Amino acid sequence: MSVELLNFIETVLNGLMSGVMYSLVALGFVLIFKASGVFNFAQGVFALFAALTLVGFQTGQIPFSHLINELFGTNLHNWYPSLHSFLAILLTIVTMIILAWLVERLVLRHLVNQEPIILFMATIGLAFVLEGVGDLMWGSDVKVLDVGIPSGGSIWLEEATIGWASEGSEYYGMYIDVLNVWATIIAVILVTALALFSQYTKTGRALRAVADDHQAALSVGISLRSIWILVWGISGFIAMVAGIMWGTESGVQFSLSLIALKALPVLILGGFTSIPGAIIGGLLIGVGEKLAEIYIGGLLDIGAIENWFAYVLALVFLLFRPQGLFGDKIIERV
Amino acid sequence: MRLKKMIVGLLGSVIAIGGFLEVATADLKFPMLVYRTGAYAPNGIPNADGFVDYYKMINARDGGIGGEKIVFPECETGYKTQVGVECYEKHKDGAMVFQPMSTGITYQLIPKATADGVTVYSTGYGRTSAANGKVFKWIFNAPVTYWDGASIAVRHILKQNLGNIKGKKIALVYHNSAYGKEPIRTLETLAKKHGYELMLLPVDHPGQEQKATWLKIRKQRPNYVLMWGWGVMNQVAIKSAASIRFPMENFIGIWWSGSENDVLPAGSGAHGYKSLAFNAPGSNFQVHKDIKKYVHDKGEASGDGSHFGTVLYNRGLLQAMVQVEAATVAQKIHGTSKITPAMYRDGMENVNLSAERLAELGFKDFAPPFKNTCENHGGSGLAAVQQWDAKAKKWNMITEYMYGDREVVDKLIAEDSTKYAKEQKIAMRCN
Repeated sequence: MSVELLNFIETVLNGLMSGVMYSLVALGFVLIFKASGVFNFAQGVFALFAALTLVGFQTGQIPFSHLINELFGTNLHNWYPSLHSFLAILLTIVTMIILAWLVERLVLRHLVNQEPIILFMATIGLAFVLEGVGDLMWGSDVKVLDVGIPSGGSIWLEEATIGWASEGSEYYGMYIDVLNVWATIIAVILVTALALFSQYTKTGRALRAVADDHQAALSVGISLRSIWILVWGISGFIAMVAGIMWGTESGVQFSLSLIALKALPVLILGGFTSIPGAIIGGLLIGVGEKLAEIYIGGLLDIGAIENWFAYVLALVFLLFRPQGLFGDKIIERV
Repeated sequence: MRLKKMIVGLLGSVIAIGGFLEVATADLKFPMLVYRTGAYAPNGIPNADGFVDYYKMINARDGGIGGEKIVFPECETGYKTQVGVECYEKHKDGAMVFQPMSTGITYQLIPKATADGVTVYSTGYGRTSAANGKVFKWIFNAPVTYWDGASIAVRHILKQNLGNIKGKKIALVYHNSAYGKEPIRTLETLAKKHGYELMLLPVDHPGQEQKATWLKIRKQRPNYVLMWGWGVMNQVAIKSAASIRFPMENFIGIWWSGSENDVLPAGSGAHGYKSLAFNAPGSNFQVHKDIKKYVHDKGEASGDGSHFGTVLYNRGLLQAMVQVEAATVAQKIHGTSKITPAMYRDGMENVNLSAERLAELGFKDFAPPFKNTCENHGGSGLAAVQQWDAKAKKWNMITEYMYGDREVVDKLIAEDSTKYAKEQKIAMRCN
């Protein structure tokens, strides 16, 4: 094969892998939007908060220790030296469920039947509050997150593909980050589990009923509030998975909340109400932006176009298919 | 009766506030533009802590500067240019000096501070050509500029290649902002001089996703990668370089891409990564002993004291020390402890931090000596190369402090500042 073709395949593969990382963030948005019609602006901060909490549990950091030390002149830092990642993940899941309960109790419950824009504004407020609470609880330092997921370029793939190029050409083998491969496997498991849960469990069916029609679901005795807690809890869990993946790549720090911006074009493209849409949208955006950066950017001799190119792609879709690839078509009868 | 009490209370308050203001104006006001929140907080916090601890130590140990206490109100910018300008407007009255801690904010403040008569000190960042004191009366960027940094990095590469880098490929991975773009001009000029090929690879804010950039590097195999990054961009770049197995000893960051924050997330992969530095890391200097004694041991540390001795904390100490020294010099020049902003500027222009003076101030071997003059606001232009030891988790200085290519840098500074002077109709000083 020619080196150009191999490089193209490598770019597409890496785009797909990046796309999976975007999909992980977008999934949380879709779940909440489907069940409660709320566009949760705080989803990125959820990922950050979950990752901060996970590192906090792993390292035994005392929450709010900075604040306590400042107020009372104490010198508190850690409960214990370290905790196994598995236990830390379990505790983080519990924390995210408590957070979901608090969101329902303190925010959503008071905004039932309000306009979607009001709920959206509430989630903007929630994002800022949660970011501030996260800062007070765990501090702003860059934290190293290691839950045992391997990362770095795959040497196996590199060695296996180095001979694929035509003889005499300069080729170094194909590159894929092992962390992204793991992210793909985890995303597949996550989506399968979600599909099985919503298809074959009573709660899952209730969840789908609420997603289809709130009023009808209420009339058959489904508790809207418990479904909301459940959905926000699940999206908190997904946020944790996204936080782990992104945090392992860059360290856990406050810019992690900005990954929500990566999910927006994915949602526009895939649709706000479709789980497969979030996955396919993520993959398309991932591939599109990587190809644009390397080939269009290279052709025009400009760089850093991938961030805005994702939105160009999403806007083009918006013009022709406003509901996204898999979103529900809005039909209003006059 | 109640009305009478209210009026008396109100009058009392006015008198008390007036009294306070009188005291406050006698103090030396060094407003701090900080970013303790947002995407760049992990770097902003240790740096701000260094400033605060140093000012507190001077107030506690020496009773201030020449008997005048330092007041240092903080204003949170979040590293946002517009907010930084608002902070400046809020605190400029009576302010001696502003340290914007952002090249973008510095660019915005240059014309404003010049018109207002307020000193701006951008230590090793900001507009490089502000080093020309003939044009930029109120702006200082000592001890070293970005153009010095670019040429020092190239000089280091030249040394490694026995003076010949013709045909080599050098990539610049840079924050796609005013800051990241600063070295491009110098690197392009040096490319013509030394015959290397320059690859420019911008990374958009915040730099969380850089896969395409590093795929390009992997395909085009530059011999060296230079980095002008900040915040998460540094961590992702270093981790990505390790991931594609780029030789870390050929990866050199500017001094803002060389803190512990930048390398720790990459773990052992960051071993061998290099960055430029104009201050030493560590906490074994006299200034640290004084801060411990007068500030930390009294429970007055800024934050939880966990950044003590880190690269960015130490840089904050150096920056604060220069600002305090400028006030000391101004007091000597004008024979009064109650200096004005204009007097302070004179002090900054006459700062002479010789090795002896640095030792007196508790900074022996902490940073290279430098002096400002009317013509030169950019200091010595000296920086060294430090290398990360991932096993010991510490930076090691691996070169002496060295100069960049003065011939190239001085010419570029003269060109750029002269152009600015013409545009702004500024008459040259120092004749």
